[in-house]
Amino acid sequence: MIPVECFLVLSTLLFFIGVFGFVTRRNLIAMLISIELVLNSVDINFAVFNRILYPGQLEGFFFTLFSIGVSAAETAVALAIIINVYRNYHSDQVNSIENMKF
Amino acid sequence: MEYSYAFLILLLPFLGFLFLGLCGMKLKKPVAGIIGTLVLGTVFALSCYTAYKYFFEIGRGADGLYPTVTVFNFTWLKFSELLTFNIGFRLTPISVMMLIVITTVSFMVHIYSFGYMAERDENYKMEGYEKGFQRFYAYLSLFTMSMLGLVVATNIFQMYLFWELVGVCSYLLIGFYYPKHAAVHASKKAFIVTRFADLFFLIGILFYSFYVGTFNYDLTADQTLQAHLAGAQWIIPASLFLMFIGGAGKSAMFPLHIWLPDAMEGPTPVSALIHAATMVVAGVYQVASLLPIYIQFGAIEQLHWIAYIAAFTAFYAAAVACCQRDIKRGLAFSTISQIGYMLVALGVCYSLDNHEGGLGYMAAMFHLFTHAMFKALLFLCSGAIIVIIGSNFKEYMGGLHKYMPITNICFLVGCLAISGIPPFAGFYSKDEIITACFQFSPFMGYFMTLVAGMTAFYMFRLYYVIFWGQSYYELDPVNRRKPQEVPFVMWGPLVFLAIISCVAGLIPFGHFISATGASYDIHLNARVVTTSIIVAVIGIVLATYMYAPKKTPLADTLAKKMPRLHKAALNRFYIDDAWQFFAHKIVFGCVAKPIAWFDRHVVDGAFNFLAWSTQEAGEVIRPWQSGDVRQYAIWFLTGSVALTLILLCI
Repeated sequence: MIPVECFLVLSTLLFFIGVFGFVTRRNLIAMLISIELVLNSVDINFAVFNRILYPGQLEGFFFTLFSIGVSAAETAVALAIIINVYRNYHSDQVNSIENMKF
Repeated sequence: MEYSYAFLILLLPFLGFLFLGLCGMKLKKPVAGIIGTLVLGTVFALSCYTAYKYFFEIGRGADGLYPTVTVFNFTWLKFSELLTFNIGFRLTPISVMMLIVITTVSFMVHIYSFGYMAERDENYKMEGYEKGFQRFYAYLSLFTMSMLGLVVATNIFQMYLFWELVGVCSYLLIGFYYPKHAAVHASKKAFIVTRFADLFFLIGILFYSFYVGTFNYDLTADQTLQAHLAGAQWIIPASLFLMFIGGAGKSAMFPLHIWLPDAMEGPTPVSALIHAATMVVAGVYQVASLLPIYIQFGAIEQLHWIAYIAAFTAFYAAAVACCQRDIKRGLAFSTISQIGYMLVALGVCYSLDNHEGGLGYMAAMFHLFTHAMFKALLFLCSGAIIVIIGSNFKEYMGGLHKYMPITNICFLVGCLAISGIPPFAGFYSKDEIITACFQFSPFMGYFMTLVAGMTAFYMFRLYYVIFWGQSYYELDPVNRRKPQEVPFVMWGPLVFLAIISCVAGLIPFGHFISATGASYDIHLNARVVTTSIIVAVIGIVLATYMYAPKKTPLADTLAKKMPRLHKAALNRFYIDDAWQFFAHKIVFGCVAKPIAWFDRHVVDGAFNFLAWSTQEAGEVIRPWQSGDVRQYAIWFLTGSVALTLILLCI
């Protein structure tokens, strides 16, 4: 059986890669992918802890499915926003929309 | 109801005001004037009918007194179980007398204004002023309504309400020629001074109603009040005197008289109606209505203060009237002096006995009646002269008796009446006042006799400088406009009022109005009559000697001999300047300015600081919202990491 630490290291790595990508990338699509990485790391955690702590129960798996569904919806919204940003600014760079304040 | 039509007396002029005020400017001038006059004519007829019915047809009740009839009296505001603010219509001998006075003078003024205002309108059109014939009639109607409401008031609060309304009308009519600076200043002055005095009136009413528990004049009628009255005994004299201060403001008593001479900036018919015959005697009417309370509740001392104030005012105004150049201002001071007479007569009362101590009540009302007639006559005459001459100043007059014979006769009748020459009206009423003064103290009697002599002197001075002496026109007949008689519409009312001034003294006034209400025969005291006639004749002879000839050496020499006295009298003994000093230097300088400074610097400063600090704080935190999404993300991340660390540490 694969030790639980391996899963946790994987999810931590995924989380920080996602955060790093979100902060450093300027392309909006890349930022969206980074967010997905963060979410996936959380999903892994859900699945792993359910398996180890409460074997025979399914709440964690269901929550993972729920989270995937929500993130799919969120991605759809985000893509719609990105398309609109692109239409208005003719750019997919995040620093092109800096005038989005008060 | 016997007087069920009486509400029309108030309603008709009010409707007239609404109609003329709203649609007057769409009507032709004569149409508006005729509507106003017809309405007033109807009210005049109704008032005369009411008086006839009250005094003759129904007459005295079973107790031998004229009954107090409350025609209607509905509650407008209910303050407490006892204290209600009613609007009503009350007939007493004096209110019926006032109805006659107001509607007669008002009706005459309405007719007279046809000629006067038309002429003035022409003048003002040439000078580019606002025309306002229709507006004038609207205001006159409103004034008549307010004044009638004042005299028929069933309680002090209603009186106060209409009291303020007549003040507003006075303000509107003094400032009638509003493009003229002097008129605007005069209207503001009149309004502020009388309003200042009315403040005391209101305070007096509040004290009175709080402690006594009613606004009514008649305290003995309501049994439930008896319990209150014992506890309120101490406050009644003070609150009555406070109310009198309000009356002193309206009736131009020293030192609140300063507005009345300036009020002469208004059109002359207004001066005749408001500032001579009706509104300015509101103070007298107020004291007379409250006189039973004064006497029953031991405010005798306050009455005597009123008498002293009024006597001094009468003397002061008579002295100033001797030196005025402006004929209307001369008449205004004469009005102040005569109102002083009426209030002296009320002030010297110390009981409600017709023969001893209460004579002044009847005398004051009698003088109010006759004075309204002859002073309105004098003002309307002066208006006729002003229309013809085009100026108020005596220098432009002189020798008018040849050109304006009817006005001359009427003015002479008015002068004889006010001087107290028998058988003209003023003789009877003034002698009653002087008799009442002698009953009070010999000094007061002699003092008022002296003022009567001064009255005769200044009135005949005015008469001679206008109608005799050197004619201004004849000095340069080629270039100057020739004076002529005024049209019938103006001299008709003059003749009517002159006839009343001749015969009003013969009315057995004591039969209708007296302190107890019982019939009282006026019997003239031979000694008083002789003294006052002699004094009046001396005044007239002196005036004739000094002012009737074309050259007036004695008057000029006297003015030169006593330059300071003459200048002081010309400047009304600097009372206006004293008020100016008081208002500007003391009230504005010492009270208003520090308060304004406090407001500007402390109150405004605090709010400005609040606004400034908010703005500065905004400037500081504004860069945080940069619009850079990644920056937000870093802040968010840092924050969540920091929170996690804090939670872990705890």
